Amino acid sequence: MNNIKKTSKKTNKKPNIKAALSLATSALLGTGALSGGVAQATEADEWQFDSAFLLYSEVDRVSATEAIIAGTKTFENDEILSLKLTIDVLTGASANGAVAQPNAQTFTRPSGNGQYVTPAGETPLDDTFHDTRVQLNGQWTQPLSENIIGSVGGHFSKEYDYLSLGVNGNLAYDFNKKNSTISMGLSYFQDTFTPEGGIPKPHSSMLVGDSSSPEWDAEFAKTRVGENDDKTTADILVGFTQVINRRMVTAFNYSYSMVDGYLTDPFKVVSVLNKEGLAQDYSYENRPDSRVKQSTFMRAKYHFDDSLLNTVADVSYRYMWDDWGINSHTIDTRFTVPVGATSYIEPHIRFYQQGAADFYKPYIIDDQLPAGFVSADYRIGEMTTVTVGAKYGVVLNGGNELSFRLEYYRQTPTNAGFTEPSALKGQDIYPVVEALIAQVSYSF
Amino acid sequence: MKADKPVFKPLSQTNTSKVHISKVHASKIKLALLTAVTLSLSGCSSLGVEPWERYLLAKKEMALTSSPVDAALDDHIYFSKEASSGGKSFGGGGCGCN
Repeated sequence: MNNIKKTSKKTNKKPNIKAALSLATSALLGTGALSGGVAQATEADEWQFDSAFLLYSEVDRVSATEAIIAGTKTFENDEILSLKLTIDVLTGASANGAVAQPNAQTFTRPSGNGQYVTPAGETPLDDTFHDTRVQLNGQWTQPLSENIIGSVGGHFSKEYDYLSLGVNGNLAYDFNKKNSTISMGLSYFQDTFTPEGGIPKPHSSMLVGDSSSPEWDAEFAKTRVGENDDKTTADILVGFTQVINRRMVTAFNYSYSMVDGYLTDPFKVVSVLNKEGLAQDYSYENRPDSRVKQSTFMRAKYHFDDSLLNTVADVSYRYMWDDWGINSHTIDTRFTVPVGATSYIEPHIRFYQQGAADFYKPYIIDDQLPAGFVSADYRIGEMTTVTVGAKYGVVLNGGNELSFRLEYYRQTPTNAGFTEPSALKGQDIYPVVEALIAQVSYSF
Repeated sequence: MKADKPVFKPLSQTNTSKVHISKVHASKIKLALLTAVTLSLSGCSSLGVEPWERYLLAKKEMALTSSPVDAALDDHIYFSKEASSGGKSFGGGGCGCN
């Protein structure tokens, strides 16, 4: 009798707590496994798993494969344990920051061992990228009182040349019959970067020549300032979620992020051109050692009725700005359209636009060498990106879900007002980057 | 003597206008967000549903992050390819990809 009573009590209690948790964790933070577990946990004392395999492939550039498995276990008193393992492998070529030229260009590999040649008219790409990353995330979430939910988590990530350790803590308070939730979270990351070849000396010239000569190592060492460097990231995130009615829920977040330490990309150079635009030198980039980012984020989800096929619309907007002079707008939209009783199709469109950092320069002219910060990394230049694609999901016998996602991603860097010297006329200074994203997911 | 002309636009022009636009944007957005949150907070007692009206809201696809694995994969891609991160969750560190 006792058992039956207990089970019955638990069953009645679950939906509210699950609904509350779903809301609370939405604003709550960087823990995909956490909110996933909440959304999908159906029964106590059983592990639920979400797994995915993703292929990201750029035309002529980087390819990445990434596998995720996330497990969630709900305990008797509504505590939730989430664990996630991510493994990814990166190969291919990445822009080294230099501009295309009317003649071939020779660059030294970041390790200092050997050179590569970029043909005339092509964007210089360093083709030595190869890395494997293993990441572990753990999160523990539990009710602290009837209206307060707390959560703590840890993060570990290791690549060949990079180590990242992180912790986070979150609190969420429900009120107004759990229709409203205020949440706050803190996270802290400590990263160590040990690039092959060491940390280049900012503004020093890339050494190009015979890397097998006896003087090479000593000369190369003069362009280095150390073997590794650190970076810390502290984030504060405040969120508010509100159920509007039976069909609509909204969320508003504000986040403040302080990044301190080594923020320069050790693999990136800036072309130093003469007045005609011909490359004379390649100078290692130099970024500030701190960055403060802020963002506002709003999201609305709406469940349409039968006349619109019970489609669920998911629309979000983010505005981000930082003290490097970058600001960006992101609009992300998904429509989940049921197809029959057990499957759905989900079109996705994402639009992103960013302004350039104050110290971004696609190249520098040799009589205007900046003494301060400079980077030619197009990822902090002016750019528009678009993602379009769709996901198809089907619920199999037993409730397991299989889904496929295919998307096209296009980056269009643009000129932020720089005049091109004559030798760059006809060169593609802001090349478009295109990528395909293919993913298979299985939840069980 | 075309080559003698400054190759870059004067920094003061580009930076001033960018900073100005950025600040105006930022303050507008902040004001809009503040208004939205204030309205939500003041009006939230009249918004919402009773516990027995949560049938649609409790569906998996109505969770604010309905597919966390997709969200994690997307965050990793965009973190490494664009200058922005976070917003809907922590933007933190975690990889040497940017």
